[in-house]
Amino acid sequence: MKELLLGNEAVARGLYEAGVRVVSSYPGTPSTEITEAAAKYEEIYCEWAPNEKVAAEVAAGASLGGARSLCAMKHVGLNVAADPLFTLSYIGVNAGMVFAVADDPGLHSSQNEQDSRNYAIGAKLPMLEPADSAECRDFAKLAFSLSEKFDTPVILRLTTRVSHSRSVVELQPRQEAPLLPYQKDPSKNVMLPAFAGPKHKVVEQRTEDLRKWAETCEINRLEDNGSSVGVIAAGAVYQYAKEVLGDSVSYLKLGMVNPLPEDLIRELAAKTKEIYVIEELDPVIENHCKVMGIPVHGKDVFPRCGEFSQAVIARCMGKELPASTAVEETIPVRPPVMCCGCPHRGVFYTLKKNKVYVSGDIGCYTLGASAPLSAMDTCICMGASVSALHGYNKAKGAEGEKKSVAVIGDSTFIHSGITGLIDIAYNQSNSVVVVLDNSITGMTGHQQNPTTGYTIKGDPTSAVDLEALCKAVGIRRVRVCDPYDLKALDSALKEELEAEEPSVIISRRPCALLKYVKHNPPLEVDAAKCIGCKACLGIGCPAISFKEGKAVVDHTQCVGCGVCTGLCPKGAIGKKEERPE
Amino acid sequence: MSEKGKNAVKSVMIVGVGGQGTLLASRVLGSAMLQKGVDVKVSEVHGMSQRGGSVVTYVRYGETPEDRVYSPVIERGEADVLLAFEALEAARFLPYLKKGGTVVVNTQQMDPMPVITGAAQYPRDILEKVKEQGVHVLALDALALAEKAGSAKAVNVVLIGAMAQHLSLPREVWEETIRSTVPEKFINMNLQAFELGFTTGV
Ligand SMILES: Cc1ncc(C[n+]2csc(CCOP(=O)(O)OP(=O)(O)O)c2C)c(N)n1
Ligand code: SF4
Ligand code: SF4
Repeated sequence: MKELLLGNEAVARGLYEAGVRVVSSYPGTPSTEITEAAAKYEEIYCEWAPNEKVAAEVAAGASLGGARSLCAMKHVGLNVAADPLFTLSYIGVNAGMVFAVADDPGLHSSQNEQDSRNYAIGAKLPMLEPADSAECRDFAKLAFSLSEKFDTPVILRLTTRVSHSRSVVELQPRQEAPLLPYQKDPSKNVMLPAFAGPKHKVVEQRTEDLRKWAETCEINRLEDNGSSVGVIAAGAVYQYAKEVLGDSVSYLKLGMVNPLPEDLIRELAAKTKEIYVIEELDPVIENHCKVMGIPVHGKDVFPRCGEFSQAVIARCMGKELPASTAVEETIPVRPPVMCCGCPHRGVFYTLKKNKVYVSGDIGCYTLGASAPLSAMDTCICMGASVSALHGYNKAKGAEGEKKSVAVIGDSTFIHSGITGLIDIAYNQSNSVVVVLDNSITGMTGHQQNPTTGYTIKGDPTSAVDLEALCKAVGIRRVRVCDPYDLKALDSALKEELEAEEPSVIISRRPCALLKYVKHNPPLEVDAAKCIGCKACLGIGCPAISFKEGKAVVDHTQCVGCGVCTGLCPKGAIGKKEERPE
Repeated sequence: MSEKGKNAVKSVMIVGVGGQGTLLASRVLGSAMLQKGVDVKVSEVHGMSQRGGSVVTYVRYGETPEDRVYSPVIERGEADVLLAFEALEAARFLPYLKKGGTVVVNTQQMDPMPVITGAAQYPRDILEKVKEQGVHVLALDALALAEKAGSAKAVNVVLIGAMAQHLSLPREVWEETIRSTVPEKFINMNLQAFELGFTTGV
């Protein structure tokens, strides 16, 4: 049967067909749907782990226990999982183990544009890179047999375009992979210096063996079109190149991007006069060719930054671009915004009003950095809000402590904020941390997490008690606020900033997009009362706009949260039925 | 571009505001093409911009079963059809339309945040300006038609109906695909929305 699958769904299908039994991941665009789709197969145990390091270690444990296993993450997630990654490379596997890592060239949904291929080189691990959904499925399966054959974890590298594009996949049945027996073997599994030293040599030899395999494997393919120009490409970039250059050049299409098939590269060089290495982000393949002494074009022609497309390749290679037309008017940008009724909105309005330094973090609430709320000073990486606030306050002392907060979502707090809070309690900075508990992992499309009380499959489970957790690490002042109640929020913030010890404010209300959240009927602006002061626009709700001198509420968008009502000095915003027609 | 392997590929670009349901439209179109038996790729947007940002989805398919689709994305001057869920978005992505291409656009206007805060202005008569560029424009009030069909949420299916007039696929294939894509209890409402879009799309 043929299906139109997302690259990520096709990876999940590959896991199913390869007999995978355990998947542990932390969400992150563009990798999230791998695990969501895998969770739909009853044969696969799936979970959301608290962070990527835990996920990788769970998958490693499952491999030791004899089950084929996978952990999935976005590129920056691999930074978090890098510690187990590098040593698992020495240990190898029992049953096959795969890291699925999705890079985000073009920063569609990320804080940086790092290239995960550098990790494969650094950790000395084989890395496969599919170019469409059919290859996502095939390479996912292949990764497990490679993993077992060469006794190594394998990295499956995706990019946004491959993860989030649908193409045709011919489904195949599952092949059960029996649970392998566990055998105690400290020289393989206990990485003490005495055992790790010899293992390093094994790893170097393994890379050589993999390089030999790469020369003849089916997924590295020389397409000789008899041209004097050769192109080396992998992943989505190969598709763009085919689109622009068709059969006018010869290709080395790489399915394995580490280690590289040096003989195949030499063969292409022998057959052509000129080679273009077309790769997004870092010049990984290009540099390798140059070290081999093969002159190639690469970053002298193509950009280092951003996502490629057929047009980027055409432009860089001097091809004609199709004609296009545009209106003369300046089109205002349309940045993402918090949803109508978002529980985070009131918090950022309050922070802005109190003019505090906001040590920020990553989640839907990062949108609080944009106008009109503009209430975020920093955003580094997940969890950094809490620890960086501690550092900021250690630098500034009382002057900083009275005028600064950290904001962090529930999922992010569990991921890596709690360790920062332990530092605040242990090393005593008088910091205020606001935990934005919307009972879900919102930004990545609403995944359950350890605070929500539900598993990935929707089954009830234990939930982290955030108040008790904060108290247990040594924070005595812990209070809960409803972010729809702007007055209460404002006084809580003022009190905690004044307090002479560290404190946590938990802003608690579920995300407005959750199915169980009941909304009120839309509000209306009484045009007779509205004086056109625009105070209500300061809340940054996409449902409120300004037309012909008066505020208007869009009834198709407004969810009646009421947060805007308190902003109007004339009480002009209210329920429809309360006002005469 | 090689002579022998010249591929005949159609490109449909679907644009709108995150949360409007553009993904469903691209999935319906993608599945309809799969049913027709041609090669097809759909490129979606997930993540950040789904929160009310400007969103773009690409659908590309072969004209015959022999044609291969390589790139899943559409670049400037390549789209045969631009389906816009919102007027400003039609203007924003107009450069992606091919010469002589068709714009199917919902006349609904949604202010982006810079307009709400007063940092920018929503250009006046924007669809008139689009029409002046010498492209075929079919403008319809999809929100009103969706509300007529029973729900403001059916805007996407109304627009699929309007677009269907411009793509060579039998009507039954569309209806079949809608049946298999939307939840059971909304099938009739959505078929009604499709009908309204389809008849307005002529
Ligand atoms: C290391 C790392 N992993 C994953 C992500 C992707 N990501 C960004 S924010 C976020 C969690 C957001 O959830 P939460 O903190 O609950 O805030 P919400 O979006 O619900 O407001 C995730 C998973 C990331 N940026 N970095
Ligand atoms: S998805 Fe939820 S948390 Fe995210 S912006 Fe929307 S309402 Fe807020
Ligand atoms: S208009 Fe007011 S009540 Fe409606 S969603 Fe926006 S802030 Fe809430």
